[in-house]
Amino acid sequence: MSSKNTLLNTAVGFGFAAALASTAVAEEITIATVNNADMIVMQKLSPQWEEATGNTINWVVLEENVLRQRTTQDIATGGGSFDIMFIGAYETPIWGANGWLTSLNEFYDDPDYDANDIFQLVRNGLSADGNLYAVPLYSETSFTFYRTDLFEKAGLTPPTEQITYTEFAELAAKLHDPENGVFGTCQRGKAGWGENMAFVGTMANAFGARWFDMEWNPQLDSPEWNAAITYYVDLMTNSGPPGATANGHNENRALFKDGKCATWVDATSAANDVRNPNTSNVADVTDFFQAPKQETDKGTGWFWSWALAIPASSQKADTAKDFLKWATSKEYFQMVGDTEGWVAVPSGTRASIHEDPRLLEAAPFAETIKNAIFSVDPADPTRDPVPYTGVQFVAIPEFQGIGNYVGQQVAAALAGQMTVEQALANSQQFAVREMTKAGYIK
Amino acid sequence: MARAVSRRTRLTNTAVAGALGFLMFFPILWILVLAFKTEEDAIRAPLEVLFGSGWTMESFTTVQERSDYFKHFSNSVVISLGSTLLGLLVAVPAAWSMAFVPSKHTRNVLMWMLSTKMLPPVGVLVPIYLIFRDLDLLDSRFGLTVVLMLINLPIIIWMLYTYFREIPGEILEAARMDGATLREEILYVLTPMAIPGIASTVLLNIILAWNEAFWTINLTASNAAPLTQFITSYSSPEGLFYAKLSAASVMAIAPILIMGWFSQKQLVRGLTFGAVK
Repeated sequence: MSSKNTLLNTAVGFGFAAALASTAVAEEITIATVNNADMIVMQKLSPQWEEATGNTINWVVLEENVLRQRTTQDIATGGGSFDIMFIGAYETPIWGANGWLTSLNEFYDDPDYDANDIFQLVRNGLSADGNLYAVPLYSETSFTFYRTDLFEKAGLTPPTEQITYTEFAELAAKLHDPENGVFGTCQRGKAGWGENMAFVGTMANAFGARWFDMEWNPQLDSPEWNAAITYYVDLMTNSGPPGATANGHNENRALFKDGKCATWVDATSAANDVRNPNTSNVADVTDFFQAPKQETDKGTGWFWSWALAIPASSQKADTAKDFLKWATSKEYFQMVGDTEGWVAVPSGTRASIHEDPRLLEAAPFAETIKNAIFSVDPADPTRDPVPYTGVQFVAIPEFQGIGNYVGQQVAAALAGQMTVEQALANSQQFAVREMTKAGYIK
Repeated sequence: MARAVSRRTRLTNTAVAGALGFLMFFPILWILVLAFKTEEDAIRAPLEVLFGSGWTMESFTTVQERSDYFKHFSNSVVISLGSTLLGLLVAVPAAWSMAFVPSKHTRNVLMWMLSTKMLPPVGVLVPIYLIFRDLDLLDSRFGLTVVLMLINLPIIIWMLYTYFREIPGEILEAARMDGATLREEILYVLTPMAIPGIASTVLLNIILAWNEAFWTINLTASNAAPLTQFITSYSSPEGLFYAKLSAASVMAIAPILIMGWFSQKQLVRGLTFGAVK
């Protein structure tokens, strides 16, 4: 081939490459997510991003447990089925440390995005080894929902300071009126690390209990755990609804909104729904106080954040990052406020949104939520020192199995199928076996 | 001679059968009821749900707005029909050879095939997922069709084998003596005689493939996702979506329920084929 031809070919090649580079190629990204109110709003608003960028989104909406199993399997095998995953504060640090997620550190360099506006606590919870691996859509802790009308009727003064679980049980007993269809308290009883153990875990923290000591030895047969579970079983037996082992977050939320519960310690993210007159019968008579303490006030409210992350296996990371910036930007939250009402704005993520007067007017409890979230420290969740982070969970892969098993034992104790001692002995035995198998205990 | 049955026994039997039938159908009936309620009404006490609240199409409209039902529906149709037809292509010759030209290993082969159904699917999930990833078959209708064909193949072969065994071998021998080739023998002699059996096998396998929820959820994302994933997208542990979940379920099961209804006679005839000699 002559050198003239080679030059011509090279020039044509460069020209073609330059033409390709200058043409923005529209991409299709796949997002795996759960079916909750905030994600439904995001799905509704996302055509605006699609129109602005020319890209398209395939939404894969799955039930939470299915989503967890499906995304774990895909990310662990590098399947590459998803470009964005909706994951929580439990998975993010573990997956990030494993190298399964794309680092989002460059978000800090974008002044328009203003990553530092996201609460530091939340950013820490979504980071591993100093790298940010996910950006939050909303964050939550737990606090106590209570019925102002029932407190007034019973002549009780709502607490202004953090009360103890002992005092809480006394309040619940006074408010318990099953003949009139009102139960003193509704708490999670359905087995699962993300169900009953979310509440029971924080309550155990309050009683001074911890999952593991500094050598990773399980502590489930400790007197603190015994005191916590005994209290829980007694509380639910004396002041709870019948068949509480069937009630998870969803069922309790329905019971509370239907006016069947005087108190309920659960996720702050449910506050919008409970205070929304279109969806709740008790919107005007519900207020909140801090989740109780007991031996300690450490780790008494949980910490959870639902966030968006990009698997390392995604081939369209740049487009996915663009969407992530849009979906967790200040402008996005403002858009939700303008289109869905400010009471529907996801809470617990950005300082500027929590200071927005429109939010404070529509959802006066947003300040309470923010303060409750700020009172949590996942890095120091218990009275005694622990080698792990996480308030209602332990951020190690083995926790999912252990938490589920302990949840089943606690539910069995609540149902009266075994004693608290038996339930905790079984739990301890299981946890020791799992931790030994995993190499934590030599 | 038919055994005499007293009127009282007949009535009791009818009542018990009716009650059992109602009990089995009740979950579907309740889904149907909830599908026509608002989310707030759907969580009321059963009697209030039935008599104390209005009826609405709201959930169906929302579900249709939020999901592409027809994409999921067409995936379900392609996957269930495709896997059944592909299965028949393999199963008819296999069942023919086992029924008419058995060897001393036939019984063992049949038992081995059945034993593959005893393995929990999750046990082979990771290897299959990795194979699919490497062959670029994840989220593809072809990949899912092949997997569903393979997991239902033992049932198809067993059913066809049972039906073929009822057909006298002499008829096939006569066809052979008349000069029929193997293809003609299977196509023009055996198949027409086994039509009821083949029809019920096809129907049963379409139903099994339509309702299969493990592989269809685990091996798909969006392009090949059938109706099983459409249903799970309305199941949520946070926020109540019972009415929408019910509406999605009704939309997903309606086609297969209607098909089952119309082909009930064929299905029962096929399933009881050879039961009484």
